[in-house]
Amino acid sequence: MLAKRIIPCLDVRDGQVVKGVKFRNHEIIGDIQPLARRYAEIGADELVFYDITASADGRTVDKSWVERVAREIDIPFTVAGGIKSIEHAQTLLSMGADKISINSPALMNPDLINELVDEFGQQCVVIGVDSFYNEQSGEYEVHQFTGDETKSRRSAWQTKDWVNEVVQRGAGEIVLNCMNQDGVRQGYDVEQLAAIRAHCNVPLIASGGAGSIAHFVDVFKQANVDGALAASVFHKNIIAMADLKQTLSDKGIAIRPIESF
Amino acid sequence: MKLVIVDTECANLTSVRFAFERLGIEPVITDDIAEIQAAERVILPGVGTAAAAMRNLQRKQLVQPLRELTQPVLGICLGMQLMTSHSEEGDVDCLGVIPAQTKRMQVGELPLPHMGWNTIEPGNDNPLVNNDESPFCYFVHSYAVAEDEFTIARCRYGDSFAAMIKKDNFIGAQFHPERSGAAGRAILKRFLESGTC
Repeated sequence: MLAKRIIPCLDVRDGQVVKGVKFRNHEIIGDIQPLARRYAEIGADELVFYDITASADGRTVDKSWVERVAREIDIPFTVAGGIKSIEHAQTLLSMGADKISINSPALMNPDLINELVDEFGQQCVVIGVDSFYNEQSGEYEVHQFTGDETKSRRSAWQTKDWVNEVVQRGAGEIVLNCMNQDGVRQGYDVEQLAAIRAHCNVPLIASGGAGSIAHFVDVFKQANVDGALAASVFHKNIIAMADLKQTLSDKGIAIRPIESF
Repeated sequence: MKLVIVDTECANLTSVRFAFERLGIEPVITDDIAEIQAAERVILPGVGTAAAAMRNLQRKQLVQPLRELTQPVLGICLGMQLMTSHSEEGDVDCLGVIPAQTKRMQVGELPLPHMGWNTIEPGNDNPLVNNDESPFCYFVHSYAVAEDEFTIARCRYGDSFAAMIKKDNFIGAQFHPERSGAAGRAILKRFLESGTC
């Protein structure tokens, strides 16, 4: 049975793992390689490295850590952040990344999605969507450049329409980051995720809001997502991977048991 | 142990190489026919589309030499599909060393690609996985080989399909052993150690 995936996300800034609250006030968590190794060993199913500076700054950043991570771990990992071209994607994939995730550059140039899919295949191409619930309009809006609070802004897209668009263009997976929930550990936006799930026929990954084991149970049971991404609960040892996987398994959710090393 | 990874110009060559390096083997990545023929073990990797990969192999004049290999050969993911006779993906004839067909997966309402960790159920005749084990392995694919007499492990996602196939010296794995944790590491190790495939 296909297991639901637990995906620690390591936000990377200037070669170090950081974490902010609601995308702001980033604090340093530690170095990439030992954290990647540790997460693979404790039973993470996959890792995402999110270079949160790249997209907003418009510069090419040193990604040599991708190869060091690939050398180190034997679980799949995705690299996100600032990937704007076929050449850039090629470099990351040839360094050993399994998937690349595109967010703001896809909003600026949606054809990039088709080009990446044609070149590398659907399985490599993940689209990250930063979705913000606007309480005044009651609508979910897609935001871009969220890695930098001075540049973060609303796009013209509503979340549901944008997800439809990227799936149609061949995206192999969607990571839906619910911005209102990000970093505050009050639970995933189950309602929004369930609504998107209903018309998303590629794998859907929940992001933003994990604060307790119960939140993971809820998002898998109620929104039927394929994976759940989280950062601070793992970095700050609020949730132990072993406890999380045991509880999910006890609740009847298909989970890959932790392997003994 | 001389291990060659066939240079199919696909993106996952690096992670396959690193997986063997973690096992203490220094693989050679090459498209040189003589070097492939001289290897003790051959890996046929692949991500992307069957049509593009077959085009690369034809351009490199590797189709016939690969068919004639007699040492153990392991095809990974698309590499496994290339071992079959035909792939629906781009309607292309493949190497045909295992007379099976690669088709688009039929999964009903389930998401595609089939992406993530799924259990495999090995048969009695599987040289790389004990049949009392059903390890979780990492899959990413939308096309698959239907179960038939060449299936040595199956997997379920919608319909069941072949997770591993084998004929003579050719073995294919639909999942990525290089990305399948300790379970994948054990499979690659057994492939290196297995005298008779």
